[in-house]
Amino acid sequence: MSPKISLRGVAKSFGPKHVLRGIDLDVAKGESMVVIGGSGTGKSVLLKCILGLMRPEAGSIKVDDQETVGLADSGRSQVMRKFGMLFQGGALFDSLRVWENVAFGPIQSDGMKPAEAREVAIAKLGNVGLAPEIGELFPAELSGGMQKRVALARAIAREPEIIFFDEPTTGLDPIMADVINDLIVKCVSDLGATAVSITHDMASARKIGHRIAMLHEGKLIWQGPVADIDHSGDAHVDQFIHGRAEGPIQMQVRKL
Amino acid sequence: MSIPLVTLLGRMTLAFLEAIGAVTAFAFQAVRCALSPPWYSRQILRQMMEIGYYSLPVVGLTAIFTGMVLALQSYTGFARFSAESAIPNVVVVSLTRELGPVLAALMVAGRVGAAMAAEIGTMRVTEQIDALTTLSTNPYKYLVVPRLIAGIITMPILVLIADIIGVLGGFLVGVYKLDFNDVAYLRNTIDFLQFQDVFSGLVKAAVFGFLIALMGCYHGYTSKGGAQGVGAATTNAVVSASALILTFNYFITEAFFAR
Repeated sequence: MSPKISLRGVAKSFGPKHVLRGIDLDVAKGESMVVIGGSGTGKSVLLKCILGLMRPEAGSIKVDDQETVGLADSGRSQVMRKFGMLFQGGALFDSLRVWENVAFGPIQSDGMKPAEAREVAIAKLGNVGLAPEIGELFPAELSGGMQKRVALARAIAREPEIIFFDEPTTGLDPIMADVINDLIVKCVSDLGATAVSITHDMASARKIGHRIAMLHEGKLIWQGPVADIDHSGDAHVDQFIHGRAEGPIQMQVRKL
Repeated sequence: MSIPLVTLLGRMTLAFLEAIGAVTAFAFQAVRCALSPPWYSRQILRQMMEIGYYSLPVVGLTAIFTGMVLALQSYTGFARFSAESAIPNVVVVSLTRELGPVLAALMVAGRVGAAMAAEIGTMRVTEQIDALTTLSTNPYKYLVVPRLIAGIITMPILVLIADIIGVLGGFLVGVYKLDFNDVAYLRNTIDFLQFQDVFSGLVKAAVFGFLIALMGCYHGYTSKGGAQGVGAATTNAVVSASALILTFNYFITEAFFAR
């Protein structure tokens, strides 16, 4: 069976800085792939290239065997219909109420009537454990954890085939992070969706992923099932998952 | 290490041309998006309220005092040549052709252009614009086109109201301070006014509305670097819109009135 998402030789640079140096990655239908790696290793850039928010200089990105690099507006819009995205900071529209945020996709893109979309939004808020009254608030009135839940509700509102999670637990306390992890697992499972997450939170990666890939210096240096990560045989992976300062990965910090 | 003057000038010229190219490409993309559905009517109405209704107090205040000062200054000048009777004519022509559209546009650029750049800039740095794309919504169509359409439609209405308020300001000074006959003042105003005076002002207003919205959207859309970037976008939006208003004002005036 062909993969849901397939990347071959994806490269992206910003000026002289080569962020992605030929990424090859396959994500099967219904699989949850987690990409780990240190800050600034290009995880978000990889996600944005798949989403079409950035255009890679080289390589191929296929979704359901359809090439998406260089797609025109109309074709891109069709592909986008398959995607849902949870942004690191939530990226909720602060001028809209919570329910309008969740109902945004159904109303603006799918042409659903506002009254009907409101019902959908309330149901999705319920799926992430939020009461209907929360729907009347504005995003600025919510805590960080609640904003993440609303962003998750918005990401699943159109019942996408593929969901991306960008650092879903960053900035949350450990308990709320675990709540979000559980919600992600539940939502992805309920929808039968394919998921791609990027994180440097290993607890989150182990909980939400079926497979893990590690990005280092623009290349995927290891990928395999979650169960195999503790005996990957790669010194970079070992250093990262144990959070050690000593090892082959050297942080660029100035000596005091 | 010092940079030779020629190199510096060359770099500045290239940067200037690059900026013009980027703004032009942005404008073309926005106009292209405006020509095909969907059109977000609620967004257009919201922006019309922002640009028009909420700008009325500041534009009205500017217009009435401009009209009053114009009448007063004209009197002190024209009295030397016993030409006081021309004051209503000067007030109405100055306001409808030049001061109404230019001053209203500069006030709106300061109020609305800055707000547009700040709002869209914040959306850019908080990934809200990327979120729009992932929700299958074209950010140009949802954010830029409604502002451009609202600017083009609303500014002429705002300027028409500013013209009327400005003439009223001149009338008040003329009648209550300079002892003009009220009926004679109004008759002079109406008799002297030509369709082209008002029409040229309204064309200017529509162009200025487009420029204000374009600069606000462009600088907001391309902002980066967090709060500092949004602040810079806001300043750049107001400065560039003001400069373009004054530049285009000359060329439109030339197109209408040059002999």
